[in-house]
Amino acid sequence: MGEYEAVIGLEVHAQLMTETKAFCTCPNRYGAPPNTLVCPVCLGMPGILPVLNRAMLEQAMKLALAVGATVHPRSKFDRKNYFYPDLPKGYQISQYDEPFSTGGSIELKVDGHRKSIRIRRIHLEEDAGKSMHQADGSTIVDMNRCGVPLVEIVSEPDMSTPAEARAYLNEIRRLVRWLDVCDGNMEEGSLRCDANVSVHRKGSEAFGIATEVKNMNSIRGVERALAYEIERQIGVVEGGGTITRQTLLWDETEEIARPMRRKESSDDYRYFPEPDLVEVVVPSEWAERISRDLVELPRARCMRFCQEYGLAEATAEVLAGERGVADYFEALAKESGDPRRAANWVQGDVLRILKERNCDIASFPVSVSDLAGLMNEVETARLSLSGAKKVLDRMIETGRSPESIIEQEGFAQTSDAREIEEVAREILAKFPSEVIKYKSGKKNLFGFFVGETMKATKGQANPKVASEILQRLLS
Amino acid sequence: MTLKIPPHQHLKNHPEELPSAVETCLQAIEQAKPLNAFVHLLADRARHKAVEVAQATGQGEELPLRGMILAVKDNIAIEGTSLSCASRILKDFKSLFTATAVARLEKAGAIIIGKTNLDEFAMGSSCENTIFGPTHHPLDWERVPGGSSGGSAVAVAAGLVHAALGSDTGGSVRQPAAFCGVVGLKPTYGRVSRYGLVAFGSSLDQIAPFATNCQDAFAVLCIMGGKDEHDSTSAAYPMSYPTEGLKPLGEKLRIGLPKEYLEEGLQAEIAEVVLQVARGLEKAGHDLVEISLPYSKLAVGVYYILATAEASSNLARYDGARYGFREHSAESLQDIYTHSRAGGFGREVRRRIMLGTYVLSAGYYDAYYKKAQRVRRLVLGDFLDAFGKVDVILAPTTPTTAFKIGEKIDDPLAMYLSDVYTTPANLAGIPAVSVPAGKDTKRLPIGVQIMGPHFSDELILQVGCDIERLHGRI
Ligand SMILES: [Zn+2]
Repeated sequence: MGEYEAVIGLEVHAQLMTETKAFCTCPNRYGAPPNTLVCPVCLGMPGILPVLNRAMLEQAMKLALAVGATVHPRSKFDRKNYFYPDLPKGYQISQYDEPFSTGGSIELKVDGHRKSIRIRRIHLEEDAGKSMHQADGSTIVDMNRCGVPLVEIVSEPDMSTPAEARAYLNEIRRLVRWLDVCDGNMEEGSLRCDANVSVHRKGSEAFGIATEVKNMNSIRGVERALAYEIERQIGVVEGGGTITRQTLLWDETEEIARPMRRKESSDDYRYFPEPDLVEVVVPSEWAERISRDLVELPRARCMRFCQEYGLAEATAEVLAGERGVADYFEALAKESGDPRRAANWVQGDVLRILKERNCDIASFPVSVSDLAGLMNEVETARLSLSGAKKVLDRMIETGRSPESIIEQEGFAQTSDAREIEEVAREILAKFPSEVIKYKSGKKNLFGFFVGETMKATKGQANPKVASEILQRLLS
Repeated sequence: MTLKIPPHQHLKNHPEELPSAVETCLQAIEQAKPLNAFVHLLADRARHKAVEVAQATGQGEELPLRGMILAVKDNIAIEGTSLSCASRILKDFKSLFTATAVARLEKAGAIIIGKTNLDEFAMGSSCENTIFGPTHHPLDWERVPGGSSGGSAVAVAAGLVHAALGSDTGGSVRQPAAFCGVVGLKPTYGRVSRYGLVAFGSSLDQIAPFATNCQDAFAVLCIMGGKDEHDSTSAAYPMSYPTEGLKPLGEKLRIGLPKEYLEEGLQAEIAEVVLQVARGLEKAGHDLVEISLPYSKLAVGVYYILATAEASSNLARYDGARYGFREHSAESLQDIYTHSRAGGFGREVRRRIMLGTYVLSAGYYDAYYKKAQRVRRLVLGDFLDAFGKVDVILAPTTPTTAFKIGEKIDDPLAMYLSDVYTTPANLAGIPAVSVPAGKDTKRLPIGVQIMGPHFSDELILQVGCDIERLHGRI
């Protein structure tokens, strides 16, 4: 960016995970056959009226409280009017000038520095259906998504690099998943993001004219689209041109942002208060109860992990990256009685396996007690650490219990000194010249002898016992 | 000879006669076809229902509206049947569900005989803006029955049904009730669920009954009213229908006469009838109090801003994309919208959509919509002040008696002024009833209006009963 600075603000839409839709009793579920989760209300048939789903308020409230926002005791719904085939009423029920909450912030850590991004507002609205443009130029519409409850989280323009935007989105994603209010799936569209971005010369007081970038289907996509648009704007300014206020659509495959066709963007939504719904009233007892019942938030949990279990901050941050993982770790720490080792297991093997298998912690097949049992086998030296890791892999592969794998597949470690000494003597006999070199001072060959002994016992020798024996034999 | 259906009280006691009464009703409607009150008959449905009700009573079921035959305006939903709103855009549309009000009436033993004519989407005061052709005044076929619920008013006035449902957004039930000489009640906003009523001006609309007397209007109100989980704006006001019906007024009331409602623009004969009624009520022991409702003068203007604003949004769903009329020559999405809406909506509906879109547009919102909302609160404030001094308000329902077909159709402003005395109650959300109280020199009915505080529906109907008694109707 050189002598330019960018100003980025994000609008994030998160689909709330309520049982039913925002204003009717249709199930709120993704992936059903098209147009099967619909009723006269969400289809906007003549004569229907919306009725607010209180669960929507409850989930929005959790999120608002978690970012430290002020939830207004009263807010109202408005109609946002525009025509589109996936908008059956010809208007979207949203909130305009009296949003559900205002204020709050998200704390980021980007490239080692900390930054706080202010949140301007969080408001409630309903989702539209999904238009799918066909190759022959026609458009088909799936109304299942109509009326799915959404929160729109509008940030202040506090981000200045695509990396910060990415970090912000990661944080929002972690938070909504942590709170169980949204599954955060950008590919399926349950979490969506539009960006407003402008550039200006460093030190200049006035911001540039912002453009809006839409249609990004991943957090990586947002980062790339912003990088692209910032570069494009700098290019225009450098070339003596001016930026025009416009909306661009990100093309993920071509990696370019194209201006939206004029017709698709409407300038005047003619907002006015939704007469079919009464005011949204949040009784203070209700807010207090949700606040009291709110789960421990990621930041607090991370700090507690450091203090309570003596973990390094980096480790604690990884473990608090997702609520399920943090829960698994804490259960393992308690069950095993060894929080640091538990942290190593979760941070290392558990997360590696989740990543390899592309699944989340909820579907991790090894129970906390089985893993604690495995840790105990290492503690009592029945298994070597590497042997335990192999057993874990086999448990995942076969779904069998650790005991049966250890017994039937011969992972048990031996600490039998006579047995190990026998093997050690064979190794020393096998490598006479190395023994001479060792005795003449090349002490770093010691590891070689241990390694060979371990290899010869197929990893089942207790390395500690093997070291002691070798030490004695070589002295 | 004109066929007459037996009174519903008779049918209530002789439910076995109900199937034959339904046939009589259908024949009477057939005979009265030239009035053009009905646009769709639900003959088979009504026949089945008649048998069902007759049998259910045999089993001792409590059905408070047993034997009541009703007509329903064709902007109120009944599952599987027409919901045309007298518009080309919904001409062949059938509803997927039944309005709460209708479902409750049927559950109580009422029989719905058919759907009635209206001004398209309830926009009009004459029942002329309709794809089905105008409905005629039963006493003078050259004249309009009033609107928009003209078909329902005529069905009751011509004795084709015992009662009927209309919808009142700015006077659409009271004005035709006054023109046709029947009772028309606009309930307190929220008293009757709007679920199933095709929205025009959502913050003003109420499903509203027509009947030949206040007692019957009360019965229909009690049965169809009350909280509905499908309508968040419906009030949790307790509703039950007392077996003895509407009780006579026990107490002496303070009756307000708003001077602004009796000034210029009011047909002299109507002013005279209002004053006659006032004197009659005074003679019966009530107190008359002159009051002032200065902001009511602004009501028509405010009404046409707010109702059209809401309508422009409520009618956006009729776009040719999913159901209803679509202009098939249209190729692009934009053309589907513009051609379908231009061809599907009539002139008056298009005019109001444009007006409503305009008042909500950026740059005009504050000057029109927002200001109108403020004045709406002032209109309400007037009433709240008045109800500190009086119990009910007596006023004319309409500035004139029924006018001629075609007389105002090309003069929207004159047409809009037909609502001058009725729109204030909608803006304030208060109940108001029009009760027949006399005739002009052309023998056309004159109605007087009684307005009361929120949820005083029963009280104003009791006053209505007294007025009926004054005129020897009971
Ligand atoms: Zn639905």
